[in-house]
Amino acid sequence: MSSLWAVTLATLVKDVRLEWRSKDALNSMLFFSLLVVVIFVFSFDPLAEESRHIVGGLVWVAFLFAAIMALNQTWARELRNQVLDGFRVSPAPANALFLAKALGNFIFVCVLEALMAPLFVIFYNLHVLGPAWQLIPVALLGTWALVVNGTFFAAMSLRTRNREIMLPLLLFPVSVPAVIGMVAGTTTILTGEGSAHFYIVLLLTYDVVFTTACLTLFGTILHAE
Amino acid sequence: MKRAFPILAVLTTILLTYASYRALKIAPTDALQGDVYRIIYYHVPSAWTAFLLFFVNFIASVQYLVGTNSSTKAAGKWIVIVGGVIGAVAPFLPPVEHVLPTGMRPSAVATTVLLIPAFYFVIGWLFPGERLDMLAVTAAEVGVVFCTIVLVTGPVWARPVWGIWWAPGDIRLTSTLVLWLIYVSYLVLRRFSSSAQTQTLAAALAVFGALDVPLVYFSIWFFRTQHPQPVIGGGGSMDPRMLETLLISWTAFLCLAFLLGWSRFRLEVFRRQVEEAQALESLLGAGASTAPSLPLDRGSK
Repeated sequence: MSSLWAVTLATLVKDVRLEWRSKDALNSMLFFSLLVVVIFVFSFDPLAEESRHIVGGLVWVAFLFAAIMALNQTWARELRNQVLDGFRVSPAPANALFLAKALGNFIFVCVLEALMAPLFVIFYNLHVLGPAWQLIPVALLGTWALVVNGTFFAAMSLRTRNREIMLPLLLFPVSVPAVIGMVAGTTTILTGEGSAHFYIVLLLTYDVVFTTACLTLFGTILHAE
Repeated sequence: MKRAFPILAVLTTILLTYASYRALKIAPTDALQGDVYRIIYYHVPSAWTAFLLFFVNFIASVQYLVGTNSSTKAAGKWIVIVGGVIGAVAPFLPPVEHVLPTGMRPSAVATTVLLIPAFYFVIGWLFPGERLDMLAVTAAEVGVVFCTIVLVTGPVWARPVWGIWWAPGDIRLTSTLVLWLIYVSYLVLRRFSSSAQTQTLAAALAVFGALDVPLVYFSIWFFRTQHPQPVIGGGGSMDPRMLETLLISWTAFLCLAFLLGWSRFRLEVFRRQVEEAQALESLLGAGASTAPSLPLDRGSK
C-alpha cells in the first residue's frame, strides 16, 4: 500500500513540476475556454435573469471542451522515450500511475475553473440566488467525474488511430449522467429554485462507481499490448 | 448447420410478413390513438430486441475480461452464482417486497434476476475464448441497428400522439439515446483501434457503458416522464389480440436479429481466419509459400 502512494506521489509531483515549468496544458486550456466564453457572449446576449438559467450549461460545456485538451496530453508525454513501456515492466502498481495522472488532471482543471469562473460572473452579470457554497462540491465532484473517466479513456485511445478525436467520442456518451448532474446542479444553485442535494449525491455516486471501475480495469488496459 | 440458414431465412420472412399482416389488419384499432398506434408492433419489439442484444454484449464482454486468467474466472463464476441466489430470494423478503412497484409480482422479479446467471453460463459455455469477443461485436452491431429503429419510430409515433417529436429529459428516451450513443462509440472504438488488444479495450468500454445506464436512469429521476409505463408487467391492460400480435411481432424480430447475428458472426469468423492466414503468410515470407494459403474457399472449412 505504501508503495502505491509513494509511486502515486512521485508521478504526481513529476507531472505537476513539468506542467509548472512548461504550462503547456494550462495555457492552452485557459485560452481555449476564454475563447469559448467570448463566443458564447456574442452568441447569447441574455439579461441577468435569463443568464442564470443558461450559464450552468455554458460553464460546463466550456470546461468539458477545455478539459479534453489536458486529457489528450496526459499520456502523450509518457510515449516519448518509451516511458510507458518502462512503467509496464516495472513492479510499480498500475493503479499508482492512473491515480497520479487523474489527480494531476484534476488539479489542472480545478485551477482552470478557479481562474475562469470569475470571468463568467463578469460577462454574465451573475448573482447567485441559492446557497453559493454548494457550487464548490458540485464543481469538485463534477471535475473528478470528468477527469477520472477522461484519464482512463485517454489511456484507452492511446492504442487507436487518430487518438485525439477518439477521446471525446468515448468520453462524452459515458459522461452524460455526470454532465446532467453538473449542469442541473449548477443551475439549481444559481437560480435558487429547489435543492441541489440530489445532484451532489448523483455526482458522488457517479464518482464512486467509475473510480472503482477505472481502478479495477486500468491494469488490464495498461498491459493490453 | 449451413443448410439451416436458408430455412431459417424463409421462416423469418414468413413470420415477419404474418406479423405485419396481423399488425395492420387483425389487431383492433386503439380507442384513443386510432391507427397511429400500430407502430407499436415495430417500436416495442425492436426495443426489446435491442436491449436483449446489448445485454448479451455486456455478458460476453464481462466473460471476456474475466476469462483472461483462471482466478478471476472462478471469482466471476462465484459472484454470479451468489448474486443470482440473493437476487432470486430477495424479492420474496417482506422489506424488499414492499418496495416493489404495484403490479410487479416477486416471482416475476426473481425469474428475471435468475436469467442473468443463466445467460452468463450459457454464453460462457457456447462461446469459449475468442468467440466471446466475436459474439460481443455481433450483438453490439445488430443491437445498434435495432436501437436505431427504436429511435426513429419513437419520434414518428410521438409527433401525432404527444404533439412533439422528442421529450427532452424523459427518462426512457434519454436512457435509450445514451445507450445508443455508448454502443456507437463502442463500434467506433473497434473500428479505429489499431492494436491487437481491441477486444480488451472494447470489453472494458462495454462494462463502462453498462455501469452508465442505471446512472442515466437515476439522473433523470426528478423529471416527469412522458413515455407510458410498460403495458406488460407494469400493471397495465391490453386487448388480448393486441398482446398476441405484439408477441408474434417480437418473435419475428428476434428471428430476424438471430439471422442477422448469425451471418455477422460467420463473417467475423472468416475475417479473423483471413487475418490470421495473412499474418502467417507475411511471417513465413513471400518466397516460402507459393501455394495459396488463404482459406478463401469457404467450403473447405
